[in-house]
Amino acid sequence: MAKKSYRQAINDAIRQEMLADPRVVVMGEDNAGGIEAPGEDDAWGGVLGVTKGLMPEFGRERVLDTPISESAFIGAAAGAAATGLRPVAELMFVDFMGVCFDQIFNQAGKFRYMFGGKAVTPLVVRTMYGAGFRAASQHSQCLYPIFTHVPGLKVVLPSSPYEAKGLMIQAIRDDDPVIFLEHKVMYDDEEEVPDESYTIPFGEANLTREGDDVTVVAFGRMVGLANAAADALEKDGISCTVVDPRTTSPLDTDTILECVEETGRLVIVDEASPRCNMATDISALVAQEAFGALKAPVRMVSPPHTPVPFAPELEDAYIPSQAKIETAIRGVMAH
Amino acid sequence: MQLSRDDLVRAYRTMRTIREFEDRVHDEFAAGKIPGFVHLYAGEEASAVGVCLNLSDKDYIASTHRGHGHCIAKGCDVGAMMKEIYGRRDGLCGGKGGSMHIADLTRGMMGANGIVGGGPPLICGAALSAKTLKTGGVAVAFVGDGGSNQGTTLESYNLAKVWDLPAVFVVEDNGYAEATPSAWSVGGSQVKRAEGFGMPGIEVDGHDFFAVHDAARTAIERARKGGGPSLIHVKLARYYGHFEGDAMTYRGDGEVDTIKGGKDCLTLFRQKVTEAGLLEADQLDEVDAEVKALVDGAVGDAESAAAPGEADLVTDVYVRY
Repeated sequence: MAKKSYRQAINDAIRQEMLADPRVVVMGEDNAGGIEAPGEDDAWGGVLGVTKGLMPEFGRERVLDTPISESAFIGAAAGAAATGLRPVAELMFVDFMGVCFDQIFNQAGKFRYMFGGKAVTPLVVRTMYGAGFRAASQHSQCLYPIFTHVPGLKVVLPSSPYEAKGLMIQAIRDDDPVIFLEHKVMYDDEEEVPDESYTIPFGEANLTREGDDVTVVAFGRMVGLANAAADALEKDGISCTVVDPRTTSPLDTDTILECVEETGRLVIVDEASPRCNMATDISALVAQEAFGALKAPVRMVSPPHTPVPFAPELEDAYIPSQAKIETAIRGVMAH
Repeated sequence: MQLSRDDLVRAYRTMRTIREFEDRVHDEFAAGKIPGFVHLYAGEEASAVGVCLNLSDKDYIASTHRGHGHCIAKGCDVGAMMKEIYGRRDGLCGGKGGSMHIADLTRGMMGANGIVGGGPPLICGAALSAKTLKTGGVAVAFVGDGGSNQGTTLESYNLAKVWDLPAVFVVEDNGYAEATPSAWSVGGSQVKRAEGFGMPGIEVDGHDFFAVHDAARTAIERARKGGGPSLIHVKLARYYGHFEGDAMTYRGDGEVDTIKGGKDCLTLFRQKVTEAGLLEADQLDEVDAEVKALVDGAVGDAESAAAPGEADLVTDVYVRY
């Protein structure tokens, strides 16, 4: 088993599904790039190279470059999904959802219900999210709570290369619309990833650490930071369970509640803006379903309620850090 | 191409069914029997039928909030549609969609749409499916003069052209986007917009079934043969308000009556086919009676049909969750 990057793992997953199913097509801005230009063909393979090599292998009929026209092509992906294809469409940065959200939440996400259960919409929207790239306010947001809010959508936040491959294959095979969020800071992260195809089911949380004192629920890139915090605190005798829910919709509430019942303390790490995010959602869940098990108030580690800033010093202060997670864990222990 | 007698009867029957359906929905809504809000297509029948007579089940259409006529023209079951509008469990969408979301993908009907300009991107996708899977199908977006100003529509013109899709955009210009005249709200011309995107465009009289049918046949055949997208600007009029309950204070005195008196698409069709000796008046009267019985039955069935149960509330959100 070779080490692969998050980028390669996603590319592998799409490629293997394209080989397995001729209905799988890829579309997005510069997913190949360079079409009919005098220079290189497949010039970019996606703005950060995730789809590189797919066009030369599968041709432009299955790897479609698009104009910068998200309303049209995300809507087209929804329409294609409802009529026989299995599109994997790239919304380059999740921040661009503002120009095409109607096609996602009013169209694709509602077909099945509005049409009385008769529509099947196997659409995957791949999109980059998250801060840490010095990309400022319009290229750094998380926004996954907004998709999570919409009935009819599934929302996936892979936390590592291994997770990304298995979850992407599941997303492509899934018959519902899936928003697949790739953290832009993680593309070069590497770990061992099987060459063969495998799936990771939605709605089944992964325990990346198991301990007795504190449950830490973290999403996407925050899982790695939560693991590092748990490892550091182990030396001080604080033992943490780290829960990676993998998907925010469906959400594995059973596993979260079981872990809280066992540890009695909960810290939630969520890179999304703090109002109505996953941390508040899980806090409410635990307050309602496991209040009696709590030995301390729930702590949430989230950014402040501000846009993502540009200056590196400000952005670093904005993003939840390992140190902030450790402080929160010590806080619930000290209560 | 000369339409066969069967085609002519089918065209008349479908237009008459739409008119009868909409007139009845108007009455039943006024009587308080239909929940929510409805937007009626009466007066515009020649457009839906003129276009859809050129299509089969492998072809897709996307519709608008004013979608009943497109649904009927594309072959949706009239009884199941009426039940859907009444919010019944046996409705075409289980009572979960209602007037603005009637759909039947098995008939190539991708849905009426509550979002103005919602449909054109979707038919780009249906056209892409047809092209990629080589089904020989085409996809048609109906959009109103209001929807013609949405970015989604203009972006879809561009995407359809760039991807060379088997797509047709039918702009049904009934003169008003809600209460705002298209003469005021549309910059430039619909046909020149099409030409600006490198597509052929044509304007037709939407009261004349034969004009619409001819233009649609040309556009649809072009798309089917790989000739790419095009646009048809259909000029017509709606007889009722934007929504039921709209007092239409923005329309001129006698405006609707003048259109009904001189340009009604059903009257014009009747005149043309009987004067040319293609169909007999008796035959058309018979169709009228059959259609009236069909719609009467649909209303009666819808009134007595069961509402969805509470258990239905949470089904059909996902295929699997």
